[in-house]
Amino acid sequence: MVYIIIPAYNEEKNIGRVISGLFENGYNNIVVVDDGSTDGTAKEAEGSGAVVLRHIINRGQGAALQTGDEYALAHAAGAVVHFDADGQFDAADIAPALAAMHDARAELVFGSRFIDRRSHLPFSKKYLLLPLARIVNFFFTGVWLSDAHNGFRILSGNALEKIKITQDGMAHNSDVVRQVKKRGLKVIEHPVKVVYREYGQGLGGGIKILWDLLFAKLT
Amino acid sequence: MYLIQIFLVLFFFFAIIKVAGRYRAGDLSLSAAIAWAVFWIGAAVIVIAPNSTAYFAKIFGIGRGADLVVYLSLALLFFIIFRLMVKVEKLNKEITLLVRQLALKNKD
Repeated sequence: MVYIIIPAYNEEKNIGRVISGLFENGYNNIVVVDDGSTDGTAKEAEGSGAVVLRHIINRGQGAALQTGDEYALAHAAGAVVHFDADGQFDAADIAPALAAMHDARAELVFGSRFIDRRSHLPFSKKYLLLPLARIVNFFFTGVWLSDAHNGFRILSGNALEKIKITQDGMAHNSDVVRQVKKRGLKVIEHPVKVVYREYGQGLGGGIKILWDLLFAKLT
Repeated sequence: MYLIQIFLVLFFFFAIIKVAGRYRAGDLSLSAAIAWAVFWIGAAVIVIAPNSTAYFAKIFGIGRGADLVVYLSLALLFFIIFRLMVKVEKLNKEITLLVRQLALKNKD
């Protein structure tokens, strides 16, 4: 059974559309982790038919993903998909990515915006921020990936048991990659389409991630 | 005695009263309260007799007593900040754990 985990913070405008897109693609176990939203995200998600877990206060995307993972683990999920609430991913990308994971006998799939040409990124993001983010990721994890901090991710049931996200904020991606390497799990990258509605993580967000990673090393 | 010395000594005296209050309220252990009291008394001694530090400064190879006080204070401050940051991080992790357990519990 595949569980879709959607961390959501103040996404009442997008969450309904994201959930129905997933149902249309045949995914029935949709878990929205409402990360202390102050708008109607939880209501919207429940109305759309998703299971909603509510963080009573905002703890960050990494924390919300781990909450969803633990719910899925308790329900004996065969795999979980981490999916964004803002509608930037395409639910049609999940099935091919799952198939590719099984074919490759891999335990994880990371979505990549750079394997095919479907994603159109803002110029500064593509040529400045992401190359930097890849270097930072490599420095902290020792793994070279074609993309960095892309929210699309699939974990097999086995990976779900072994990987615990400890970074509450946006540094969860480097956190996961590091654990993958440590435990020797097989990872593949798979192309996903990302539609940019907003710029997302800018330089400030990147610096926060770097700080979180450095701090985790120091303590 | 300069005005600054009077102000500082009064401030340290106030700090010691606070330490005693915290100890009585049970927020500080006896050893922590004593450590803080010694620290503030030491600070008061240095303020009242600044030249008392010259002796130690000489041992450490630092020209002036005041410089020694500044160096040690900075080192101590950074150490305290480090401890606080680690503590805050730990509290953050614990809060996340609580929020997560609440979220999962309310669903079952």
